[in-house]
Parts: sequence; C-alpha cells; structure tokens
Amino acid sequence: MIRPPTPAAPEGWSREEMARLVALDIEDGACVNLGIGIPELVARFVPPGRELLFHTENGLLGVGPPPDPAHEDPELINAGKKPVTAIPGAAYFHHADSFAMIRGGHIDVCVLGAMQVAPGGDLANWSTGDDDAIPAVGGAMDLVAGVKRVLVMTEHVTKTGQPKLVNRCTYPLTGLGVVSRVYSNLAVVDITPQGFAARRIAPGLTFDHVRERTGAPILDWSDHGV
Amino acid sequence: MIDKRITSVEEAVRDVRDGASVMIGGFGEAGSPIELIHALIDQGARGLTVISNNTGSGRVGLAALIAAGRAAKVVCSYPRSANSTVFPELYRAGRIDLELVPQGTLAERIRAGGAGIPAFYTPAAAGTRLAQGKESRRFGEREYLLELALTADVALVRAERADRYGNLTFSKTARNFGPLMCMAARCAIVQVRHIVDAGAIDPEAVVTPGLFVSRVVHVPAPAHESRLVREGAAYP
Repeated sequence: MIRPPTPAAPEGWSREEMARLVALDIEDGACVNLGIGIPELVARFVPPGRELLFHTENGLLGVGPPPDPAHEDPELINAGKKPVTAIPGAAYFHHADSFAMIRGGHIDVCVLGAMQVAPGGDLANWSTGDDDAIPAVGGAMDLVAGVKRVLVMTEHVTKTGQPKLVNRCTYPLTGLGVVSRVYSNLAVVDITPQGFAARRIAPGLTFDHVRERTGAPILDWSDHGV
Repeated sequence: MIDKRITSVEEAVRDVRDGASVMIGGFGEAGSPIELIHALIDQGARGLTVISNNTGSGRVGLAALIAAGRAAKVVCSYPRSANSTVFPELYRAGRIDLELVPQGTLAERIRAGGAGIPAFYTPAAAGTRLAQGKESRRFGEREYLLELALTADVALVRAERADRYGNLTFSKTARNFGPLMCMAARCAIVQVRHIVDAGAIDPEAVVTPGLFVSRVVHVPAPAHESRLVREGAAYP
C-alpha cells in the first residue's frame, strides 16, 4: 500500500457534492437523522419531488432550515445545540420516545461522520482513546445500533494522509458491523460480504488512486466512465 | 387541598442533603433549570451525584455547581462543550468521577427507574469499550447489554407551564429529559415560566401528570444560559 508522503491536497468531490450523492440515495418519505457537522449538509440537497422527515435525537421530528438570527430560540435546537426551526407538521417528544424511535428501528437512515471504518462495517467515530481525552459519546452508539441504514460521510484519508477505511479500527468502536455505505471525497464504497467495494469513483480519479488510499482490500464494482 | 406550589427556588431546594443523587434536566441550555441550580449552589449540599446529559457551559448553571466542587460524580452522555473547561479540568485532576452512558441508554435507564423496571437489555454499546463489566446476552442474532435503572433523591427540571397539581407542559426541545426525571426522582422540583389555574391545561395536552411532581416554583423570566456565557458571567 502506497501512502501519500505529505498531507493530501483537496481532491475528488467537495463536501457539497458528497452531500448531494447521499441525498440522492435516500428514498422519498424516509425519516432521517443527520449527525453533527458535514452530514447536516445533506438537508440542503433533497431532490425536487422528494420529502424527507428529519429527526434530531434531542426531541424533534420535522426539523426545518436554520432560522434567521432574529428568530433563534434557545429552546429549539438540534443535537449539535444549534438553533433550528420546526416544519408545519413537526412533533416534539422526550428523550425516551426519541431513542425508542432510534432503537426501535423507526428511523430509516442516519448519516454520520467517521474516524475509521472497517470492511465488516465496524465504525469508530466517538473517541481517539487518548488518555487525556474527555470521553463523550452522546447518541452515536444508540443511533448505529438502531437505525435501519447507517451511511457515513468522511474524507477518504486523515489530514496527515492516513487511510480512514482500514482493516481493523484502532480507535474505540461505536458499533460492530453497522455501516452500510461510505461516501468519501474519492469514492462511494459499499460494505459487502466481500468487504469494501467501490461503487463509484470521483470524476478524474482512477480506481487505483482510491485503492492506494484505502487501508484494506477494496473491490472495483464501479461503472467505469459513468 | 393539593397544592405543590412553593414560593421560592431557595425554599424548593432547602432539604437537599449532602451525598444526594440529583437528576438535572436539560440538553445543553435547553431545559436546564438554571435558577434551581443556582439555589442549590447557595444551599450548599455537597458530595452530590449529578445525573445529567451534559456538564454545563461557561461558569454558570450546571458548570457553576461542578466548579463549586459540589458534585463528586456525574452520570452523563456528553461531558464536553465548546465553551467550558470546568468539568475537563476537574476530571483530569482526578477530582470528579464520570460514568459515561450512551444518551439513549441514559434516557431509558431514567425512564425505567421511574417505571419500576429494575433493568433492561439494549443493543447500544454492545461490543464497545462501554460494554466492559456489563452482563450481555444474545437474543436472536444480536448481542444486548443489561443496563440498570436509575433513580434519584431529587430532580431539578424546567418546564413551561404548571398548575397546583403539578401537571406540566414543556417548551419545544427543552422537554428532553424533564418528563423522565420527574418520574424517576423521589422529589421532583420543577421551575416553570407560567403557573396557571387548575383546568387551564387541557387534560389531553398534559405531558407530565402531576403525581410525578413534588414541587413547582414560578420563575417567570429564566436566565438565558448562552447569553450569560457570552457575557463571561460566573455564579455566584
């Protein structure tokens, strides 16, 4: 495996393009939980003609766009503690109901960030495991254990060029065998019984380019030239 | 006559004992009962076990209670925030204990405590380091962890509206842990923006029935925690 010797320059899809790909893969009518950070972009790219219902685990189904600053309400926030709005038809509920929705399999899709993903779908995204780090897990472990389809959005490699798709997660696990698909800036990668399989490669890049930046065997299931 | 109204936050927390377990509602500042927490700081109880989703921001509210050294232990899902160093400093110095619990497991442990269920199985955290020391069992193809219910001596909760029976409604995402903590604490103390006549809350719309609530105190204009943090305020 060849690793880039210097920090990787931005390449492949932008975050917005990744978010558009994720949004295209979510079916009309789905209940969706978006993780804090980059996954929040997905809400901006719902294709015309589709309606998604966004859930935030702190107690709202029917999250709308952010308010203008004059209408921010400290009692109406998302899981990242940022001000949001509620769409007409939204519902508020307490945490036990919110996590019953999650654990009970009532949420169709969640989109999360990742520190590492392994070929069997193992995910590490909550802690570096450093002795000095303050451990904080929030709802990540409940989400990956209960939501029907767990999608990951992430850069393909770390800021120092280390692969995030790895043979075995070395960071503390969030869940075992939970990820369905990874959307990186370089490729869309499925978790399959055969391990990682690239479904789609970012324009201008080759499968070999992706393979060299992946820390585990990866199959080429992409449609070349599409 | 049943009347759970108490005249002041000081009076409402007067009998919290040293070593008590205290559930504190809120998800970040939304639903955090800041006036009740400040009254508890003034009251002086120490050696508390605090059960709350977070550990507060800046040096007000929950962060101020922890900064004052009143909490011996926190049971928490996310003890980190962008603008507080209070908990991290005490934790690194070994001066406060942390029991880290996934957020949904925390909510369900509290719900179970209030519902008379001593323990339950959940798939969350199975196979992770948070499963260490916990009993596990397979149901079908999956592994589940046995999680124990949580109860507490006291809950401090913020709601929107109450009547003299203690019936409650909440405001938007400030509901979060409030209804569960009222169920799980032997003495649930609730600050509300509005106290209304019995009957003014539609029985169809009651979120927490009054039997789960022990004391209600009127705080018509609660402080905005994030504003205090921005201003650099510290309590006391």
